[in-house]
Amino acid sequence: MSVILHKEFEVIKDDYIGAGRASSEIKSILGSVGIPPKIMRNVAVASYEAEINMVIHATGGIITLDVTDDGVIKLVFHDNGPGIPDIKKALTPGFSTANEKARSLGFGAGMGLPNIRRVTDEFDIQSSEDGTIINLTFYVNE
Amino acid sequence: MTGAEILEALGATALVIANDEPLEEHYSAAFAGDLMSDALMMIQQSPEKTVLITGLANPQSLNTAEMLDMNLIILVRGKWIDEDILKLAVSKRLNIFKTKYTMFETCGILYSKGLGAIHVSDPA
Repeated sequence: MSVILHKEFEVIKDDYIGAGRASSEIKSILGSVGIPPKIMRNVAVASYEAEINMVIHATGGIITLDVTDDGVIKLVFHDNGPGIPDIKKALTPGFSTANEKARSLGFGAGMGLPNIRRVTDEFDIQSSEDGTIINLTFYVNE
Repeated sequence: MTGAEILEALGATALVIANDEPLEEHYSAAFAGDLMSDALMMIQQSPEKTVLITGLANPQSLNTAEMLDMNLIILVRGKWIDEDILKLAVSKRLNIFKTKYTMFETCGILYSKGLGAIHVSDPA
């Protein structure tokens, strides 16, 4: 197994206009290397929700995309905090701590993390005051 | 319904025609809402044949459509839309129609003309 594609994207806190730009680019990149539309869509939905979360809740962070030659797509969302106090609660559909600004833009319904988990093959989340790391894996050949 | 039939039924304006023949394209279903996470969760099957009806005239409704491979957004309540948003729609190859009707009226009109609801086996 070797990495055939590696790219990093910076996400900026409170950049409500630019939010989604990284996920749009990720979708475009995956399309250019021939990832099937259904999988590309799942990656895009998960990436977009996680990117929005970084903009709304975190103080910025980095998204890392890796694609390997055996058909594995990995996305890592590493933000700079302040962390999620109760991950179990955050994974509950409908639970949200989003502010009014986020809601006015169509987010903050409390479906972000449940949505991400739904469309990924493997989902892992770790959080502390220093930041949250979400690891997502998608298998192209399954 | 075709894009042309949708335009006529809603007395709508085509603000952006950015991809292949949306007026002749046949759409089978629609999803209406201003919560983009709901759209991202609910629209799972045949998104390219599904219309997004929303009052959200900002980049995030366009991003949502893009992530789902949808190609037609109907903006309700005759909302003013920023020129930059229209340019963004062109760059994302999204078509945008605008109607004066409210979301409720828009849904009612299109449903009565044969546009269906989306079907999801496991919505949550």
